[in-house]
Amino acid sequence: MELAISVIVGFMILGALYAIHARDLLSAVIAGGIVGYGLVICFLLLKAPDLAIVQIVVETITLIIMVAVVLDSSREEAFTKPDSKGYVTAATAIVIMAVLFYFLVVSSASLDRLGEGELRMSQSYIEGAVEKTGSVNLVTGVLFDFRGYDTLGEATVLITAVLGVLTILRIKGKK
Amino acid sequence: MKGMTVVVKKTTQLIAGLVFLYGIYIIIHGHLTPGGGFAGGVILAGSFILLILAYGSDFLHLVREEAGTTLYENLAILVVLVLALSGLLLGTHVFFLNWAPKGVAGELISAGLLPLYNIFIGIEVAASILSIFLALVIFKEEITK
Amino acid sequence: MTVYWLCFILFLTGLYGVITRRNLVKIAISLSIMEFSIFLLLALVGYADGAVAPIVDPADPFKVYVDPLPQAMVLTAIVIGLATTAMLMAVIIRLYRKYGTFDIREIKNLRG
Repeated sequence: MELAISVIVGFMILGALYAIHARDLLSAVIAGGIVGYGLVICFLLLKAPDLAIVQIVVETITLIIMVAVVLDSSREEAFTKPDSKGYVTAATAIVIMAVLFYFLVVSSASLDRLGEGELRMSQSYIEGAVEKTGSVNLVTGVLFDFRGYDTLGEATVLITAVLGVLTILRIKGKK
Repeated sequence: MKGMTVVVKKTTQLIAGLVFLYGIYIIIHGHLTPGGGFAGGVILAGSFILLILAYGSDFLHLVREEAGTTLYENLAILVVLVLALSGLLLGTHVFFLNWAPKGVAGELISAGLLPLYNIFIGIEVAASILSIFLALVIFKEEITK
Repeated sequence: MTVYWLCFILFLTGLYGVITRRNLVKIAISLSIMEFSIFLLLALVGYADGAVAPIVDPADPFKVYVDPLPQAMVLTAIVIGLATTAMLMAVIIRLYRKYGTFDIREIKNLRG
């Protein structure tokens, strides 16, 4: 199980690297799709069918929007010769990544091996959840009964994002 | 934005209704099978996006259509809020109280208020994503004009 | 354990893209890659060996189930991710209409 997921995540890393370095923006967007669709397979292997259903549709709509934006404007990557400022940002990125990697090494001591973690947080959500909520699907039970506040908050964030898009696109810009 | 060829239009006519029905199925079986309001809502929006892409925005005469979708979105989240507050009206002090009778677990009419939450969250998600898409389409229309 | 490291490397790839790229579309792609790696990490934390998907069979309710809490969190976060990505693309297409380029350096120099 862990091997299969590792292979898929490896492909996702390759797709991400190509998406970052591609000259053509359209192929960068499509290569970004590799990451999203690979995530769908990972969710299926990790026994999360709810997430797989949502992710496959969301990834398709995201790709439609991104491809529409890229085809509507320029496909050229703004590529210039590496100058001193470019080296400075690359060095900054490597320093930040090294710091984060150090914290991963420190914290990996307390990580459980894959599949052997105990359900410390949510044992009470699983025990007797069907009697408490009446819902056979435990994810729906957690989403709307035990964690109703979170769902309401996320729905509010969704509305805010929609209002933001409408505000940005409906104002008439100065030429 | 012009539409696509006749083949695509005819196939879309046949498929879009089925996709819409599948979204409704996912939403109302949200407490029994994988899926629920969020998944089904995105699928509902997907069926409309399929129609818009195949027929093109010329065919649909989009002017200020996103006013309708934002209305549905706001009404749906308002209903969710009222349902969440309805537990308070019964004299208890619990937000998001599942006060309706639970029924037999595993049947379609069961789980108290959860199917209602699923339905209204589904409407809200579908309307949100559709209004984002419509805003982008209308923006492109105005630019090309 | 390997898969956690690979997941972290995916996150670092996205971070590298956000810091070093100059094209706005590529920054948006890198941000969504970082987002996907976080979703994957949360799903990995909830996984248990030999567990089944969190759908209870009323006839046989005593099985081992995958942790439903991270799945519920990720489920909402995916939809939010779509909305925020669309908002980012709206900002980007607005900037392109105003300045005619995706390059953040040029946009910074123009000050229109």
